[in-house]
This record gives sequence, C-alpha cells and structure tokens, in this order.
Amino acid sequence: MAEKLLEIKGVSLNFGGLSVVADLDIDVDRGEIVSVIGPNGAGKTTLFNLITGIYRPAAGDILLGGKSLVGLQPHQISQRGVSRTFQMLRLFLNMSVIENVMAAAYGNTRAGVFRSMLRTPGMRREEREIRAHASERLAFFGERLMGYRWDQPAYSLSYANRRRLEIARATATRPTLLLLDEPAAGMNPAETHEITELIGRLRDDGGYTILVIEHDMHVVEGISDRVVALDHGVKIAEGSFDQVATDPRVVEAYLGTKAAATK
Amino acid sequence: MTDSTPHSSGTPATGPAVGQDEWVARHAERRLIRRGPLAPMEERIRAVPWWAWLTLFVGVMCLLPAVSSSGYVRRVGFDTVLYMMLALGLNVVVGWGGLLDLGFVAFYGLGAYSYALLDSNQFHLHLPAYLAIPIVVVIGAIAGFLLGLPSRRLHGDYLAIVTLFFLQLFQTIATNGDSIFGHNVTGGAFGIFTVKPLHAFGHSLTVQHGGVFAVSYYYVALAFFTAIYVALRFVNLSRTGRAWRSLREDPLAAEAMGMPVNTLKLMAFSFGAAIAALTGTLFASLSASVLPLTFYFVLLITIYTMVILGGSGSQRGVVLGALVIGPLLELLRDPNKSRVIFYVALVTGLLVAFRLSRRLGLIVVATLAFGFVCRAIAGAIDHSWVSGSAPGGLQHVVSHWVIIPKHLAGWVPPVTYIGVIAAALLLTLVHGRLRLVLLPPTLYLAAFVWDNVMLTQPDPARYIVLGLILIALMIVRPNGLLGERRVEIV
Repeated sequence: MAEKLLEIKGVSLNFGGLSVVADLDIDVDRGEIVSVIGPNGAGKTTLFNLITGIYRPAAGDILLGGKSLVGLQPHQISQRGVSRTFQMLRLFLNMSVIENVMAAAYGNTRAGVFRSMLRTPGMRREEREIRAHASERLAFFGERLMGYRWDQPAYSLSYANRRRLEIARATATRPTLLLLDEPAAGMNPAETHEITELIGRLRDDGGYTILVIEHDMHVVEGISDRVVALDHGVKIAEGSFDQVATDPRVVEAYLGTKAAATK
Repeated sequence: MTDSTPHSSGTPATGPAVGQDEWVARHAERRLIRRGPLAPMEERIRAVPWWAWLTLFVGVMCLLPAVSSSGYVRRVGFDTVLYMMLALGLNVVVGWGGLLDLGFVAFYGLGAYSYALLDSNQFHLHLPAYLAIPIVVVIGAIAGFLLGLPSRRLHGDYLAIVTLFFLQLFQTIATNGDSIFGHNVTGGAFGIFTVKPLHAFGHSLTVQHGGVFAVSYYYVALAFFTAIYVALRFVNLSRTGRAWRSLREDPLAAEAMGMPVNTLKLMAFSFGAAIAALTGTLFASLSASVLPLTFYFVLLITIYTMVILGGSGSQRGVVLGALVIGPLLELLRDPNKSRVIFYVALVTGLLVAFRLSRRLGLIVVATLAFGFVCRAIAGAIDHSWVSGSAPGGLQHVVSHWVIIPKHLAGWVPPVTYIGVIAAALLLTLVHGRLRLVLLPPTLYLAAFVWDNVMLTQPDPARYIVLGLILIALMIVRPNGLLGERRVEIV
C-alpha cells in the first residue's frame, strides 16, 4: 500500500439548507493521478475549494501528509504544498507572463520589503532564483510560453496558452499536490490530446500528485489511475475508469433512470 | 526572440496543431519589429535605462530655480514636487494594491499635524529633523496599518466608504482638537501656526530669503522624491510588488497561490500612509502652519486626478500626472491664462470627439456664426448688453463674439449655469442631426457662462476645467497618459 498524501475524511459542507458535500471520503496516494467526475453541480469544484481552504468544512477532516489542513488560510495551505488551477481561469491578466509565474513564488521566498528597497545581495540572489525557477516552470510547456512571450501581458495569450500558464503558475508554488480544475475545458481535440500527455508528464517528470476534475471522458480514461464519481455531493462510485464508467449509479447520474426517461 | 518566424503552413513543426489562435497571439510579436527611418532611434530610446531617465528628469527639475527667480514660480515647483510624492504614495495603494483608499489625504494631514506637534510652540517640543521625520513616518505607517485592519474584509465601494469615513474622522478631530479633555492639541479650526522649519545640528532650513521663497526646501523635497521613487521602483520589482499587483488583479487567485492577501493589504496601506506622512512633514515645516481644511476632499480629488491622468499603476505616469495637474491648477487661478486654457480644452474636446472631419469644420463655423449673430442681435436691442469688458487673454477675440453685459442681472448666472448643464444632458439624449444642430448653441452658452460667471469665480472654474480634461482623457486614453493597457475581462 502506497503512502497516503491526501486524506479527506467524512467532510460535509452546507450552504444554508442545501447540502453541497455530504460525508465525503477520498484518499489520494503519493504519485497518483485521481480524476473526479460527476454532472454539473455535483460538488467537484466545492471539493477543491474545501481542500484549498476557501471553504471550511462543517464536519470532517482533511489531512495532507497526515497533518490537518482544516482552519488554515488558503495561502498557508498553498505553502504546505497544495496548489490549484481554476475552472474559469484566474490569471493576473495585466501582469507579464513571467511575472504571473514569479508571483507564485511568494510563499517560499523570504526577502522583506526593506531588503527589496535596498536591493541587498541576498535579495538579488533570491530574485535570480525566482526568475530561474519561473523560466524552468514555463519551459515545461516547450516553446509555447518561452522567449518573447515572457514580457507580454497575460491577456495577450490565446486561451490554450492561458490554461498552460495557469498550470505553470500553480506549479511555481512548489506543490506536492496539484489540483487541476477542468484543464481541458474549451480546448480543441489536438489541445485536449496535448493536455492528456501533459498531465502524465507532470506526474512522471514533475513528481506531483494530481487530483483532477474533468468532463472529457477521453482525458479521464487516458490519465487516471483511479476515478471518483460524485453526484449531489455524495461519492457514488470509485475505482478504475472502466469500473466507474460502467457503474449503474454513474450512468444514472449522467443520463437519468430508465423509469424517469420513459415517464 | 528565438522562434519569431510565423508559421506559414497550418501545422507547426513540433507538437500537436494549435489552432489559428497562435497566429493571433503572435500578432504583437510581429508588430514589435518596426520599420522605417525612425526604427533605430526608437530602439535606442528604449534601450536607455530607467535610472538615466530619472537622473535626466531630476536634473531638469533642479534647473527650475535657475530658470526663474520668482518666489511664486519656485513655490509652485515645490508644491508640484509634493504632489509628485503624494501621487507616488497613492499609486502604491490604488495603482498596485488596487485598494480604493479615499482617506489618503488624512495621512498627509496626520503627517503634517504630527510634525507640527513635534516641532512647534504648541507643546514646546523642538525635535530636530533626523528625529522628527522618522517618528512622523512611523506614525503614518501605524495609522495606515490601523485603517487597514477593519478594511481587510472590505473591497471596492465598501472600502471606499470606510476610508472616506476615516478622512472625515481626521477632519473632525483636527477641527475640534482644541479641547481634547481640556487640552488644546490641534489648535482647532485655526490650526497650529508656530511650526518651525526643518532643523538639525543647530542649522535650520531657510524658508524665505529676503522675502522670496528660498530654494533649499525645493531641493530637499526633490531629494526625498528621488529617494521615494527609487525605493518604490525596487519594491515594485520585488516579490512584494508582484504580490501587490497580483492582489489587484485577482485577490482569490493571489491567496490560492500562497500570497497572504490580508497582510499585503495592510502593507500597501502602511506604505502609502508613510509616504503621505513624510510629505506632510515637508508641507508643515515649510508653511509654518497647519489648518484642518487643507487636508480635505479638494486635495483628495486633485491627487486622484493626477494618478488617473498619468496612468494608475505606472510610476512614471503618476509623476507626469502631478507634473501636469499641479502647475495647471496654478495657471487656472489667473483669469488671463484660464480663459486660454478653457478654449483650448474646448477645442481639444471637439477634436477628440469628431477628429479632423468635415463635421468638425461645420460645427466650428456654425458656433462662430451663431455667436456673432447672437451678439449682433443683442447689441441691436440694447448696447449695454454687449458693452461689458472681458479682461484677460484672448480678450479681443472674445469680446467681439461672446455677449458680455455691462451689468449682469442677478438671475442670469444661476439660470445660464443650469442651462448649460441641462443642454449638455440633452445632448447625450439626442442623436444624429439633432445633436449636431444643438451643439453650437450649447457651446456658445458654455462660453457665455465661462466668460460671465466662471471667470469671476476661479475656484470652481478650476475644477470644472479639470473635469473636462478628465472626460476628454477618458475617451482618448482610458488608461492614462503613460498607463499600460488594462483589461478587466477577456
């Protein structure tokens, strides 16, 4: 049995009377790629918001490497090694491409504001390290985000490149666990294929453990070690892609019951 | 620029095909390569490092006292440097942090008052500059921090209201501070008027030399400005600066990427406040007095105008904004110059709205003709209606065109003033030919109001011209003179 990196234990969340996530248990092993699937409104993004500390669970516990994340601020959770992308891209649009990535190094750099003002040798060294690290993160995507693009504002990037930049930014926080929220949304078939490959490389070369929300079943099939299906905030199936895809409850969640369809 | 050749065929050499968005994304790259005889020069200008520009700028500013020996001009120069410092401070909070701080001038006032208490006869404290200035800066930073505390969870309009309330609080305390538990602290509405100039090691900085503004203060202010500019530039290009701008762009994403948003907000507030307080020490020590109403809405609006005009977020921009607005407000005090500025602003506005088109010519001719006809008719009815004098610049042109009565009836100013506003509002509602027909009479009415009403009241007139400039700017360069192009959602 591999070492557990992320443990979600009996987590629940309500918005008023609405139960968004109910008594959810998910484990993710180190080095694993786990996909979360489910119809719209199943609570997938809410799950990410719970892990990253944007919401606080009403019950249950979330452990990273055995230590609880509940009650920490999102930036503290990021510094513990959890990073994410957003379904609706949230880049720093008016900052340059490289600055987007460099900004994410904030949590694991130290130079204070007075040292920055005086540009002390230590601060300058750290700044060079940040830049080198950022360029390394961008180089992960081949030529796409390199060269002249570094100094262009992020809004000038194409949609697909923005998705890539967001992944680059997420990895610049030096995470162990990477949460990708629909990385293939809005991509054309060629780009979707590339994203599938990329997620594999992120695990194999980058060494990240990955939890990914995805609607494109080809992507899910291509990357997942394990699939978790959610519906109405409840885990309805878990296992290999084939197991989950043929699970009657999953089919029902996506397509409805036969009885309901023929009514 | 290693991979700069655009792909001629549909498929790039490596990796899967990326759609035509690649072509769009490379558009800017292709445009970077300039052609023509000016291209090498532009390259060379771009290659000049920032510190060379700054040295040049400060060097030119240093020459001001050599250009003019007038104490008034030098004082305007000094005030402009103070404006530049305030604009730099506000730029930290608004331009980088993205926090709409409407209490900013309270920190300027706080700095001025703190210095006044530390070096005046109020408490008979006379601290030397090397003690007083650091203390005031720390007080400013702490006050900024304290204002930031309740503001951590607020943004946008909520934050604006809370900070505005803080400005009002400062005003109230300063105005009523002559009896705080029976002690006279702030001197009340009359302020403190025994503030000493900056002094250290037995020497004090000369304020006046033979009744004329001495330049030593100007140079001290310029030195402070340069130090602040350089320090802020370094901060902006550090992890703190990047984090501030991330916070402005998207606080949630910044927080998720490991940046402590609340701490960063407090830092931005503290920084802006400390700079404002530092500027306040220079102001108080020069003016020898502090009055509550100096630090109020008018000043707040002026500094915001500078930041917006120059380009919020751009250091060079806000300095330019201060450099334009500061002296402009002084020029507008003088009716001779303000009339020229008014008509130039009017023509510029028309140019912006209509470009160099046939319609523009038509409107100008129609407005001029309308004016001459109106004046001729008015003169024919009663000569005293047009026999008033119009002193100041352009008077020969204006007095033959605008109706300037010898005696203005009491009802005329309010009615025509409201009339201009109503006509301007009407113009926004109508379209097409009707608008073109209504425009000349409206312009003429505006000129009438300006020459008969506003010119005798320079203070509101100044701010109306300021408003006109901002409106024109909003249309031509929505991001300010030197602002970067900004997008909200793409």
